[in-house]
Amino acid sequence: MKCAQSALVLFLGTGKLLAMPSPDLSVLIIDENRIRASIIEDGLREAGHMRVAVIHDVNEVALTIQATMPDVIVIDLENPKRDTLEHFFSLSRAIQRPIAMFVDRSDGAMIEKAVEAGVSAYVVDGLKKERVKPILDMAISRFNAFSRLTRELEQARSELEDRKLIEQAKGILMRTRALSEADAYALLRSTAMNQNRRMVDIAQSLVTAAALLGP
Amino acid sequence: MPLTHLTAGFLPLLDSALLVLAHEKGFAATEGLELHLVRETSWANIRDRAAIGHFDIAQMLAPMPLAASLGLTPIATPMIAPIVLGLGNNAITVSAELWHAMADQGAPGDLAAGPAGAALARVVAASPRKLRFCVVHQTSSHNYELRYWLAASGIVPDRDIEIVVLPPPLLPDALGTGGIDGYCVGEPWNSIGVATRGAHIATVKASIWQSSPDKVIGMRASWADRHPDLVAALIRAIYRAGIWCADPANHPEAARIMSAPAYLDTASAIVARALTGRLDIGGGVTSQVRDYFIPHAGAANFPWKSHALWYYSQMVRWGEVTQGSANATTAAATFRPDLYRTALAPLGMPVPSADFKTDGAHATPSIIAATTGSLTMGPDLFFDGAIFDPDALESYIATQRPTA
Repeated sequence: MKCAQSALVLFLGTGKLLAMPSPDLSVLIIDENRIRASIIEDGLREAGHMRVAVIHDVNEVALTIQATMPDVIVIDLENPKRDTLEHFFSLSRAIQRPIAMFVDRSDGAMIEKAVEAGVSAYVVDGLKKERVKPILDMAISRFNAFSRLTRELEQARSELEDRKLIEQAKGILMRTRALSEADAYALLRSTAMNQNRRMVDIAQSLVTAAALLGP
Repeated sequence: MPLTHLTAGFLPLLDSALLVLAHEKGFAATEGLELHLVRETSWANIRDRAAIGHFDIAQMLAPMPLAASLGLTPIATPMIAPIVLGLGNNAITVSAELWHAMADQGAPGDLAAGPAGAALARVVAASPRKLRFCVVHQTSSHNYELRYWLAASGIVPDRDIEIVVLPPPLLPDALGTGGIDGYCVGEPWNSIGVATRGAHIATVKASIWQSSPDKVIGMRASWADRHPDLVAALIRAIYRAGIWCADPANHPEAARIMSAPAYLDTASAIVARALTGRLDIGGGVTSQVRDYFIPHAGAANFPWKSHALWYYSQMVRWGEVTQGSANATTAAATFRPDLYRTALAPLGMPVPSADFKTDGAHATPSIIAATTGSLTMGPDLFFDGAIFDPDALESYIATQRPTA
């Protein structure tokens, strides 16, 4: 403990490392989602953490812990094997790596922020909060950024699919009712408005009906 | 009257039934509650999200609120359990290969814990490798039940066999190919192992310790203090769901509700096995298990402080908590029969008058004093004949010290 503290003072004293929080800490990321894992890994490396390991399956944890001796372990909350991981930690007390969840049990706000973002962190007991907090902040913000990205992608994908359906419905109307493209679109729109439904729902019904009735 | 919204966490296990049925059958709404049920992926998430208040209440492993109050959990928030979600429901399932070995060693295949344990002990003694069993969480009823069964059968856990942790839905697939030989879990995951992996149910919780508690409704003590009316309403809703679930006439509907994708996401014929106690135990054998899962009878929902103390005794036994009167007091205080009694008083239903009872002394149903009239309690034997008297806690723990 004393040792770690004086090391920290030393870093701060050198000045130029001030913006690089605890570059000496070893971090292990466990995430079944490979893209998210690499987003967090990149963030940590950009912040000056060179000792970052990533695994995608909790089952690899025993070997990885021996190889990388992580100070901080970050795992996504969706991972169903958190119980497995915690049990492993409880056994690993025997190998002198006591691990506690989060940095400081009293830091409720930080814990809440993490759980809300969907991330959980385990920290080797006795590490100073100031040293670990930037790592957790980074993980939390990257988790949030990833969820935002996923939501936006999902939205873009469904918008694209909506547009495709409307195009298809328009084509059916143009063919079967000999309408112009503009008229077919107008008919879809007015039907949707009259029935108080979304245009894409009308389009979907039309496409389904056309498929049932055959060519 | 507008309903009060409560967020409730649960895991896909049959004993989430009373929580689910309280919602689906309108018992919660009758009490002015709107339950928002959230299915979780791990017990660790249930524990953490309950501790920070994402969940107002949650289905919890009975020892889980104890662990939180005793400071064993990462976010050590004092928790209470004012109602139990039923008795029984767990079983110990083994791979086809291990079952053959146990049968060769004389396991009769009748689910009785004693002979099955004796056969397993002979297999363990002869096995060239350490067998590996799985439980769902460290501070779980499953962990303590499995260890109790092994130890009383002459097998020293951690020395003779290995115990690892996996969440319930991953257990059937882990059997055999996944490198585990058996697991202790609640339904439907034993029946799914039998149906999909050719596994065999070796014994059941109802044989290891009759009429024993498994899951509870847990909540933060501070939240319960602030919302006594909501806690009472919730207790009544769960209690009524228990009465409904216990009626055999309702089993098909209960199985259908629980089988839905949002809950167990499993064929209702599989779900029905635990509700009716008619289990396919493997190898084409069907067994009618008495009291496999008890949702109501015998004060099944009453949070006995003595049961909290039994779990505490096992936490001490396996080195998870230090023995001491302060810890024992904390453990007992986690179960809240007082809140249960207050909540049910307006219904005029009989509730046990005592907070503690002795387990292991009744081979047949017995009558106990209740707030109105009396109650018939089911048999409560431990398979090894031990007696748990909460007044003799220290000597009970002393006799149970692991031999290794």
